[in-house]
Amino acid sequence: MTSLILRTATRYMFPPLLVFSIYLLLRGHHLPGGGFVGGLTAGSAFALYALSFSVAAARKLLRIDPFDMIATGLFIALISGLPPLLSGEAFLTGIWWEIPIRPSVTVSLGTPIIFDIGVYLVVLGVLLSLVFLLAEEE
Amino acid sequence: MEVALAIVIGVLYAGGLYLMMRRNLIQLIIGLGLLSHGANLLIFTAGGLRKGGAPILAEGEKAFSALPADPLPQALILTAIVISFAVTAFALVLFLRTYQTLGTDDVDAMKETDT
Amino acid sequence: MILLPVLPIIIPLAGAIICMFFRKNRRIQQTLAVLFSVGMLAAALSLLMHVRGGDIAVMNVGSWPAPFGITLVVDMFSAVMLTLGSLMAVVVSLYAGFDLARGHIRFGFYPLLLIMMMGVNGAFVAGDLFNLYVWFEVLLTASFILLALGGEAPQLEGSIKYVTLNLLSSALFLAGIGILYGMAGTLNMAQLAQTVQEGGHSGLVTMVAIMFLLGFGIKAGLFPLYFWLPASYPPPPLAVTALFSGLLTKVGAYSLIRVFTLIFSTDPDFLHSLILIGAGLTMISGVLAASSHYEIRKILAVHIVSQIGYVMMGLGLFSHLSLTGSIFYLAHIIVVKTNLFLLAGAVHRLKGTYDLHKLGGLYKERPGLSILFLISAMSLAGLPPLSGFFAKFTLIMAGVQQEAWLMVVVALAVSLLTLFSMTKIWAYAFWKPAPTPLPDLQPIRPVAWIAFLLPMAGLTALSLGMGIFAGPVFRYAQAAAGQLMNPAGYIQAVLGGG
Repeated sequence: MTSLILRTATRYMFPPLLVFSIYLLLRGHHLPGGGFVGGLTAGSAFALYALSFSVAAARKLLRIDPFDMIATGLFIALISGLPPLLSGEAFLTGIWWEIPIRPSVTVSLGTPIIFDIGVYLVVLGVLLSLVFLLAEEE
Repeated sequence: MEVALAIVIGVLYAGGLYLMMRRNLIQLIIGLGLLSHGANLLIFTAGGLRKGGAPILAEGEKAFSALPADPLPQALILTAIVISFAVTAFALVLFLRTYQTLGTDDVDAMKETDT
Repeated sequence: MILLPVLPIIIPLAGAIICMFFRKNRRIQQTLAVLFSVGMLAAALSLLMHVRGGDIAVMNVGSWPAPFGITLVVDMFSAVMLTLGSLMAVVVSLYAGFDLARGHIRFGFYPLLLIMMMGVNGAFVAGDLFNLYVWFEVLLTASFILLALGGEAPQLEGSIKYVTLNLLSSALFLAGIGILYGMAGTLNMAQLAQTVQEGGHSGLVTMVAIMFLLGFGIKAGLFPLYFWLPASYPPPPLAVTALFSGLLTKVGAYSLIRVFTLIFSTDPDFLHSLILIGAGLTMISGVLAASSHYEIRKILAVHIVSQIGYVMMGLGLFSHLSLTGSIFYLAHIIVVKTNLFLLAGAVHRLKGTYDLHKLGGLYKERPGLSILFLISAMSLAGLPPLSGFFAKFTLIMAGVQQEAWLMVVVALAVSLLTLFSMTKIWAYAFWKPAPTPLPDLQPIRPVAWIAFLLPMAGLTALSLGMGIFAGPVFRYAQAAAGQLMNPAGYIQAVLGGG
């Protein structure tokens, strides 16, 4: 199941795929993208790695157990709903902070992005746990 | 356009139900997939087909100059797709496990629990 | 207060997350599951206290105003379902600690239980149809995995039937949602109720209503869509079966009642008569199928079908009194049915079998267990002064009031046959001497045995209490049914106040 061409290609494909997945994650508030697509892209990168090398190698590369990743992601998503409660608003209300970097540049960061990071981790975790499970059946 | 999509939806439903009534587990799962695609397309069509921009007001505008596209059906479909992705993936694992345990993928052979 | 309606969803989610971090340790998992279920129960009880006076608690998630955002609505009917559901979660997680094999817990019984509870609670508080669909899928996905947990052949077979039919029902439900959206341009239940009542599209509305009836009917186990139930409920570990029988079909029944009182209430001559016919056939077929079985677990599982028939009878008659009966009956059945399954599990734990031909003489050996079983079984059959009697009595009174004589006769006959089934279990398993003496599988210390029986004793006491204090329970159910019969209050709470 391991071909030299696939393996070499995977080595080059893997980092750009991960970077692209982060890019999708971060642009997903005002433009197409978001945690779900980002997570799927990252998941396909790892799935590709597992396919061309082995599941064990992919697990080693991931370092974290996919189940822990699901739990962490859910936890982050849950936490992201809590800040608005402090100001007396409903659960999951989006709150944005303007963070000045230079006088002319401000970055707006909000609770939705924290939620999206959670989604990213959950999707990645679910996808990988399924892919690994099915691939290890062989 | 609606007519064409209605026919497509009908074909998806018919194909999905036909496959679900076959005896093979793999055909069953493909049938379920077709059925959920049919439902998604139905929401899309029922939500109204029209050309329109994104429903975002430009700075300073109070109303849309042209009727924008309705974003809700797309949001609904996206959610439904995510759900059917997860459920189909689970069903695949379940069917694989069943095939390994029972040694058959013929639905007709699974009647031990039917009495 | 601003957080209260969402708590029944957040608490089990938080519990499931923490359980997932402690995957390796089953003691911690069990403690966490019990703690978080108790927390959920506390949240549900405070909601119950809040809406008791007839208020409707509304919360807009993310502060998006009502017809546009996701709205959570808790009225008296939702609150009582939330409370009983959470109570079942507490009892089952206590029971599972004693009974479940190590393997099941390793594969995540407790996190899945909590995720399923999140879905169940979400369905009870959902204020728009799509949200209801999403919660249904959450609880179904968790229930799929719970059902297949352990992976023995009959379980997998049952799971395939369950999964296939439930996915079919979800597709129907989704298609109904799509058509309804195209017609009314909204999925908020309150706004939908308004739009449908204002009229127009009457043929289309009826067709969509039928799609919902089929979709929820599969989930609730309505005639003739219940055939997945006897195949898939008995095989899994008993803690799973008990929870499913207590809750899952009831979520389907809840949704049917909600949708057919709030939205599709314009054409009761056709739709509710159809439900009534379905209810009658459901009762009869369920009870007849049950009387042919000689395995405790199967008898109880098939009986779920006939009890769903009673709940639907109340919806089909569609009057204030009959809905009161339905709500009372739902409350009664959740408690009693779960309890009966857990008691059957206790029998299995002692003797290692559910087969009535092999069992016997349990009354002599374990009088405590036997008394608990007898009370619950008689309550199920509807003997006074237990909770089942008052629930059935209300339903039958509603039938008499509307002169639906055939339904009254069917309900009484089915009640008699239920009594027959229950006495069959009693006579075979508890009363007659065992055909061949069946030794206990493993000796259990008396203290451990009493601790094991404690949750079931609690549920039995609750069933007794609902019978003895039937007055307050009845008044609550009556007020809840009043809210259902008069959707204006619901619409006002969601769209007016915000």
